Amino acid sequence: MSTTTYSFAESTARERVARLLDAGSFTEILGPSERVMSPHLAQLGVPSSFDDGVVVGEGLLGGQPVLIAAQEGEFMGGGVGEVHGAKLVGLFQRALRTRPAAVLVLAESGGVRLHEANAGLIAVSEVMRALLATREASIPTLMLIGGANGCFGGMGLIARCADQVVMSDAARLAMSGPEVIESSNGVEEFDSKDRALVWRTTGGKHRYLIGDCDVLVEDDVAAFREAALGLLQAARPLTLEALEQEHAMLAARIQDFGDCFDAVDIWRRLGVADAERVVDLDAARIRALKPQTREGVRP
Amino acid sequence: MIWTELLNRLFADRHQVTCEGELLRGTAQLDGETLAIVGTTGHAAIGVELALAQARAVLDTVHAHPGRAILLLVDTQGQRLRRRDELLGINRYMAHMGLCIELARRRGHRVLGLVYDQALSGGFITSGLIADACDALPEAEIRVMRLPAMARVTKIDESRLAQLAEANPVFAPGVENYVAMGGVRALWRGDLAAHLRAALADTPTTDERARDGASRGGRLLAADVARRVAEA
Repeated sequence: MSTTTYSFAESTARERVARLLDAGSFTEILGPSERVMSPHLAQLGVPSSFDDGVVVGEGLLGGQPVLIAAQEGEFMGGGVGEVHGAKLVGLFQRALRTRPAAVLVLAESGGVRLHEANAGLIAVSEVMRALLATREASIPTLMLIGGANGCFGGMGLIARCADQVVMSDAARLAMSGPEVIESSNGVEEFDSKDRALVWRTTGGKHRYLIGDCDVLVEDDVAAFREAALGLLQAARPLTLEALEQEHAMLAARIQDFGDCFDAVDIWRRLGVADAERVVDLDAARIRALKPQTREGVRP
Repeated sequence: MIWTELLNRLFADRHQVTCEGELLRGTAQLDGETLAIVGTTGHAAIGVELALAQARAVLDTVHAHPGRAILLLVDTQGQRLRRRDELLGINRYMAHMGLCIELARRRGHRVLGLVYDQALSGGFITSGLIADACDALPEAEIRVMRLPAMARVTKIDESRLAQLAEANPVFAPGVENYVAMGGVRALWRGDLAAHLRAALADTPTTDERARDGASRGGRLLAADVARRVAEA
């Protein structure tokens, strides 16, 4: 077996899809040749992309049919505009018809694309509703987050609506970007230039230890593929009991960690020995820590 | 409009809504039907505590009053922009509110949103836009981001953005633009109770906003692109 690894973070959206699915099985829908692109960017004098920054289609994963979307962070930071959002909505609607083993979203996005802000904001809520209809039909929705731009804003909301979240330790998942927080509340609040701080606060290791990420992997497309294969049956029905459990967990999180100033404080309180060393550990070692933490023993 | 005046115009004195901090919750009566009211006031910044409190109010309604209509009153400056909220995973707290609304919808609750003052960015998605339908008062303000912040992020000059905003509904603030795009169903002018009565009588159960956006000329591609992907 080849020992070559392909960095998820450094791959393009199409490379990620091609290497994640069974070789040669991917069929793109509304690909670049269809030239379905934003009608709004040209008016603002901003370059468009023939796929509007998101690849959608279907293929096989371990021989099972799946639908897949991959956001291209190199185009407008993966921002969600009218067409970009509609392609995601359409993919979830397609799932209700074709009943795949899962819908995979390779999320890399700064959130709503500000150049078409109103359409993007509405589109994010439409994607949420379409995703939740897919969940309701017991089709697992998987978020795979490993792009260099992270998963922020509206996509950060969409990610936490999905059944399962997979992240690499190079990935970030949050709501507001550090730059936005710094520009509103000052550098003392959040120093966006402090890369270590940004990663501690929003990165895959913290999200995994606190429980916002279900599977933590290395920055390797094959590792994401393995994780997705393991989650094809992992639907989480949206029931009142499940939401009450979620509610209790979120309330306990504020109780337990609401006074923490830094992710290291949270990790220490979770029961991680040598919490300062977490930043130096690889994904396998972080996964080995989990059973010893409070999050690890919670149901 | 301040929330007390809004409630008086909607329900006269037939409401029992209280304000705890920036959270509005309670009940109100219209034509003998009781509604659950969940909302925010004071241009609330939605932090983890407030998102959780909104979700609690929705879950309590689902538990105790199956099928009761829920009216979401929206006045928010968006998500709270603090490092602590991000550390705690505010996106999950806000998504949880959205999931609670979805559950209510699935269990037969009609869920209406009403932007009565201000609606900005992420706070709007999980408070009003996730409802079955969202309406607005004509004097309400809806936007994603203020122009100076938008200029910083897009690296387009602020004066140029202001100029573009006058002619371009896709990113300019304004409730009319949201109506044109289908994100807001209608603006409520005059008799607010009559508008609410009509909205309750005609609550969509499927997401019709892309179709509305196309028929109103504000969002010409969304419905068609989604359909092409779904049916390809």
